[in-house]
Amino acid sequence: MKPALFVQAAGPFTTVQDLGRYGHQAAGIPVSGALDPVSLRVANALAGNAGDEAALEIRLAGPVLRVEAARLRVALCGVSASLQILAPEPRDVPAWQSVTLERGAVFRAGFQPGGSTAYLAVAGGFDLPQVLESRSTCLRAGFGGLEGRLLADGDRVPLRLDAPDERTELRASGLPDLAPPSKIRVVMGPQDDHFTEGAIAALLKGEFRITRQADRMGLRLAGPQLAHRQGHDITSDGIATGAIQVPGDRQPILLLADHQTTGGYPKIATVISADLPAIGRMAAGDCLRFSAVSVAEAEAIHIANQTWIDDLLRELEPLRTDPASLSSRALLSKNLISGAFSAIDIA
Amino acid sequence: MRRGVRYLPVGDSALTVEFGQGIDRQLNALVMALDAALRARAVPGVTETVPTFRSLMIHYDPAVLSHAALCNEIDALDIAPVQDAQSGRLVTLPVAYGGVHGPDLEDVAAAGGLSEAEAIALHSGITHYVYMIGFAPGHPYMGDLPPELTLPRRRTPRTHIAPGTVAVAVGQTVIYPFASPGGWHAIGRTPADLFDITRTEPALLRAGDQVRLRNIEAAEFDHLMAGPASERFTIAEQSE
Repeated sequence: MKPALFVQAAGPFTTVQDLGRYGHQAAGIPVSGALDPVSLRVANALAGNAGDEAALEIRLAGPVLRVEAARLRVALCGVSASLQILAPEPRDVPAWQSVTLERGAVFRAGFQPGGSTAYLAVAGGFDLPQVLESRSTCLRAGFGGLEGRLLADGDRVPLRLDAPDERTELRASGLPDLAPPSKIRVVMGPQDDHFTEGAIAALLKGEFRITRQADRMGLRLAGPQLAHRQGHDITSDGIATGAIQVPGDRQPILLLADHQTTGGYPKIATVISADLPAIGRMAAGDCLRFSAVSVAEAEAIHIANQTWIDDLLRELEPLRTDPASLSSRALLSKNLISGAFSAIDIA
Repeated sequence: MRRGVRYLPVGDSALTVEFGQGIDRQLNALVMALDAALRARAVPGVTETVPTFRSLMIHYDPAVLSHAALCNEIDALDIAPVQDAQSGRLVTLPVAYGGVHGPDLEDVAAAGGLSEAEAIALHSGITHYVYMIGFAPGHPYMGDLPPELTLPRRRTPRTHIAPGTVAVAVGQTVIYPFASPGGWHAIGRTPADLFDITRTEPALLRAGDQVRLRNIEAAEFDHLMAGPASERFTIAEQSE
């Protein structure tokens, strides 16, 4: 039988994503791609893949998966992500490292409290076709990923490899600092001149909470009213990921990877590219504040951020012991580590 | 570059070059001319462009190209005012007007003081121009409608619009590629697939296309739907 990852329980919002689909926005095709490309790239590096390989993007709650291959190396990365092996022998494996599982192993790739976005990369990648040069799922038009849709119970996601190369497992050298900046940085515009001075001040001084209307297209925020100078309609123009558009109800919508390519609401500001992954790690109920930077500052931050990501990817190291053979629960019971530390700290 | 053009920063990875306000063929011709000039120039770092009614969005890689450098590149381009922005394609789409395919035709005709037949003759008698593709994959915004067919959006959006539905509002015509809710007046439906991922170029229409809508009976709609997808439209390349 063809090697696959069998989906016992899909989780609420699990999709196949890579770094996105570029070059087709003029045809109205959204970019799609990982909401948190930093975690995706580290997961791919740990699994031994190229950075743009497609992985499972897991949102809000984790899927339960079963290995239908001789052996499968996986790596789960995300803030407060956790990999629980349920069978044959229950044990926890920390995120931010690779682990190789045998045929029939069942595991949940999910979250501890505080986590909401994670990536499960598999060594060799998923055997799914590229559609318009990408394997990202385009939910709007139903293509890419696995049949252009969310994963469902009973799916088999095909794997390219029946067994990975023999090698020492890898881990990130420390938990990457993925805490969101205290203020999300924006460049004002492109239509900040459509808003009152009070609206600009409210955007940069107020606190905004992510409402339950939050998905891969965008996050509806609740906070101070952002008043338009005159009307909330503009002649439709292009939209970039990170744009903060404000419709007639004066409450902002922060647009994410699956956003429409064009739209007719004025956009008061745009989140800088370096801070988009932090937005991608947020969920309903989280609060955020904004601060404005110049385009030149945003460009400098972008370049520094790329260097930081490159360093993260370079700093992977071999696991000195194989924690896959140690149950973290067993470690705790033997008092080898305190509950304040994860197994990754002592491995 | 021309006077009156605005460079609007869109974060650190995109730039909107805005030629003016409103929906206007002259403005759109400038958008298309800039798009063509940028393509010809192949500026390193420009990743893609999105033409819209009166502005061009330029996506770029800030590790390769800065906002300032991109603005300088555009300044140096010679954007000749073109007579018309034509992709060189004339696309003909069959449309079954009215009835179950266009439940709002009666209202649209009445609003313009027309009979349904007159409204159909008017809408299928003009050459439509694709200003832009947006809202959804392959979704065209086409102009310009005569005053008799110009009316605001529906007061209450429809909750379900069938794929291929041809709808009008604010002097424009759109065609919904996918089933969705919609606030425009549904006057007909084409059997052509506006978006088909199995085609080399999935979106049927491009910004700059000319489009003719051929009035067909409901029976022909059914006949075309039963036949091959490739026979539900024609594309003629026009010599420039």
